[in-house]
Amino acid sequence: MATAIELEGITKRFPGVIANDNVNLTVEKGEIHAICGENGAGKSTLMKILYGMQAADEGTMKVHGELVEFASPIDAIERGIGMVHQHFMLADNLTVLENVILGAEPIMSGGRIDFSSATERLTTVANEYGLNVDVNELVETLEVGQRQRVEIIKVLYRGADILILDEPTAVLVPQEVEALFENMRELKAAGATILFIDHKLDEVLEISDSITVLRRGKTIATMPNEGVTAHDLAELMVGSELPTPETSKSTVTDQVALEIHDLAVLDQDRRPVIENINLKIHKGEIVGIAGVEGNGQGELVDAIIGTAKAAVGTINLLGQDITDASVRHRRESGVGYVPEDRHHEGLLLGSPLWENAALGHQTQAPYGTRWFINRAGARQQTELIREQFDVRTPNIDVSAHALSGGNQQKLIIGRELTANPTLLIAAHPTRGIDVGAQAAVWDQLREARADGLATLLVSADLDELIGLSDVLIVMLRGVFVARLDPADVTPRDLGAYMTGAATQVQGAA
Amino acid sequence: MRKVLMTLAAPVGALILTLAISSLALWVFGSNPFAAYGDMVGHAAKLETQVDIWNRATPLYLSAIAASIGFRMNLFNIGVEGQYLIAALVAAQVGGLVSLPQVLHIAVVFLVAMAVGGAWAGLAGLLNVTRGVNVVISTIMLNFIAVSGFMAWWVQAWQADLREGETLSSTNLGTTPIEDSGVLPDITGWVEVFTGDIRENNPVSGMLVVALLVGIGYYVLLNRTTFGFDLRSSGMNPFAARAGGVPPKRMIIMAMILSGAIAGLIGLVEVFEISKFRPNQIQGLGFGGIAVALLGRNSPVGMAFAALLFAFLDISSGILQQTGTASQEIVKIMQGIVLLAAVVAYEVARRFRERDEARETAEALAEGVAK
Repeated sequence: MATAIELEGITKRFPGVIANDNVNLTVEKGEIHAICGENGAGKSTLMKILYGMQAADEGTMKVHGELVEFASPIDAIERGIGMVHQHFMLADNLTVLENVILGAEPIMSGGRIDFSSATERLTTVANEYGLNVDVNELVETLEVGQRQRVEIIKVLYRGADILILDEPTAVLVPQEVEALFENMRELKAAGATILFIDHKLDEVLEISDSITVLRRGKTIATMPNEGVTAHDLAELMVGSELPTPETSKSTVTDQVALEIHDLAVLDQDRRPVIENINLKIHKGEIVGIAGVEGNGQGELVDAIIGTAKAAVGTINLLGQDITDASVRHRRESGVGYVPEDRHHEGLLLGSPLWENAALGHQTQAPYGTRWFINRAGARQQTELIREQFDVRTPNIDVSAHALSGGNQQKLIIGRELTANPTLLIAAHPTRGIDVGAQAAVWDQLREARADGLATLLVSADLDELIGLSDVLIVMLRGVFVARLDPADVTPRDLGAYMTGAATQVQGAA
Repeated sequence: MRKVLMTLAAPVGALILTLAISSLALWVFGSNPFAAYGDMVGHAAKLETQVDIWNRATPLYLSAIAASIGFRMNLFNIGVEGQYLIAALVAAQVGGLVSLPQVLHIAVVFLVAMAVGGAWAGLAGLLNVTRGVNVVISTIMLNFIAVSGFMAWWVQAWQADLREGETLSSTNLGTTPIEDSGVLPDITGWVEVFTGDIRENNPVSGMLVVALLVGIGYYVLLNRTTFGFDLRSSGMNPFAARAGGVPPKRMIIMAMILSGAIAGLIGLVEVFEISKFRPNQIQGLGFGGIAVALLGRNSPVGMAFAALLFAFLDISSGILQQTGTASQEIVKIMQGIVLLAAVVAYEVARRFRERDEARETAEALAEGVAK
């Protein structure tokens, strides 16, 4: 078999870190090649170099046997390399066709776009690779899986035969992952070469022909899929045992920390985004919320923390009505919050760590009072968090953006847990952080649970949900559709509830 | 050591860059840069010029603090100009109409100025949180209403009562004069202890003390109070601040009112100097303050130096015109150049610092792994 891509001795340095250190990668033509590694192992950097978004400091690249140098993605596309980013780059208000031809429009005389030939070409490409989409559908009406398909078509339309997929399954539910894999197999059958980045080892094993593992910027191993187990891979990735999110024994008490009764939240058009929400969380209990993203989990979290208004219903914290209380009042009453997106709602990236630790607790000891900030107290507390939660930083005066994602997350978890909350809202607490940091966060959540913390855990990581939760609730279209015991549910069953196939699919599975 | 050097590198670099570009500009316009600088420095060496510089730096500094309160929250209060003029006008008129014991009388003038400035700015804040009107737009509009509208009208309506047979002239134009009890005394006497005699018609404004107090208050408010923390957090990341319990709407209104209240003090420097508001009150201090705040990077100490620099350049225009070594407009050009140079120099310094931090953090991370 001919090689599609050959990277040799690729080295990329950023100020202070070596992202890629003498990386070698060989991808055969027509294979599905998985790149695995912890966060920060250098996978994304390597793909960016291959796609011409960044230039390597050292090393050579060969595409189809020819030595190449890319100044920009345009060069990469010319060589038949296309990339589908994790975050889709689609214009919602345009149709599938318009999105696909955007930037590569076939122009007729007079500067008009030749839509008919574009449609024809798109249909040909889509059929050739077995991807169905309605070309005239508006992108905003598409589901996540379909959007991803549009992204793939976009790349193929530009003539790519080598596809780079950056964590393609991160945004998909199990059924959609299946569909994606089916597409990938068809692409492969049609002769395309696929390089994809993934954290989820079972997926890697299911779909790939070969696997390359990166660790701290270095290639650890490249191997064919046969005979490799998930455990082998995990060990190569982290160099140690794989952590398991098993919660030992139940610590659930009969004391209700949070009680939500008949809650509804409306959107801008006064339509309910969540409704009929009834929920009790006891001290020492972790309630897990599962669901495809965008089914009201975010609004539920916002309503509890107080950034969204409850249209109907009540929220009680330890028997005290906080339905109309301000965010600050809720914070002071003991609601801790680990936001879904730490850069958006969790951190002041340009501020020093100790100010970030104070954020959300600035009116309370030891950080301050109603009127004044206690700098000494805040700094001392931050040092404590740094020590207890293993936040790796030279000192507490560096800005938050200098820290890696995992350490930023540890800081956030630390500041919330050291404040001794009654209730913790943890939205995707281990998203985008490496396995080591993930294990640490899980341990901390378990410890806090043993100490009587009531936790609402919203997550897309089903292993995390099942492993940590005492009760699992599935949300679909703004309502609770299932209440499950994590002890006897599999990720697959859960996926069925999440996509609305609920009982039938469970019976079938 | 490296940190100290890096802190100093930016302002020194900006200064060198400014001198280089300004010299080039002077040379292109056919002037001798060294002669011009010589005239400026020589003029500034004189005591009475220094008094002028301090008296100009005082309102510029107040104006810079007013603007920076907004900047810290990413609120661009472009309306300091209108706020200070309308505040000074109303405060001077109220001060002229009442007759009170000294401390009380002065307090009334201050309170009215701050209340009017705060209300005028607060209006923009209110429009923003209730109707979503951009603060930049509303404050610019409010500037027009204040300066071309109310000021023009009230100055006519509130003319000092003319004595029998007297006509309007430059000497009696303006609001009702404030009695001496309502005028903040100058501090020439205190300053003379250090400097020797200052000419009688060239007093050092008492507002200098007020400006210093405001500067200290600004530092304490921003760095030591919860309100200041909330304000800075909102400016850094409004979403994180909101999730951290900071009420966003209230913060916008409070920050605008505070900004406007400080702006209200700017015009008092001149009001106390001449005991009334006159229609040709010095304008442009509001916009000058924005530049000073940018140059001083919103820091209380930095803005003080920046205000002195801008005041020095402002005052230097007179001497250049007198001696004819260069066009007096060159000082405006220099003010612009220094601002640009500072922006560039600080951006470069910021990148260096971030790179340092990234390296240190990476080292800490590597150590942790090694353990």
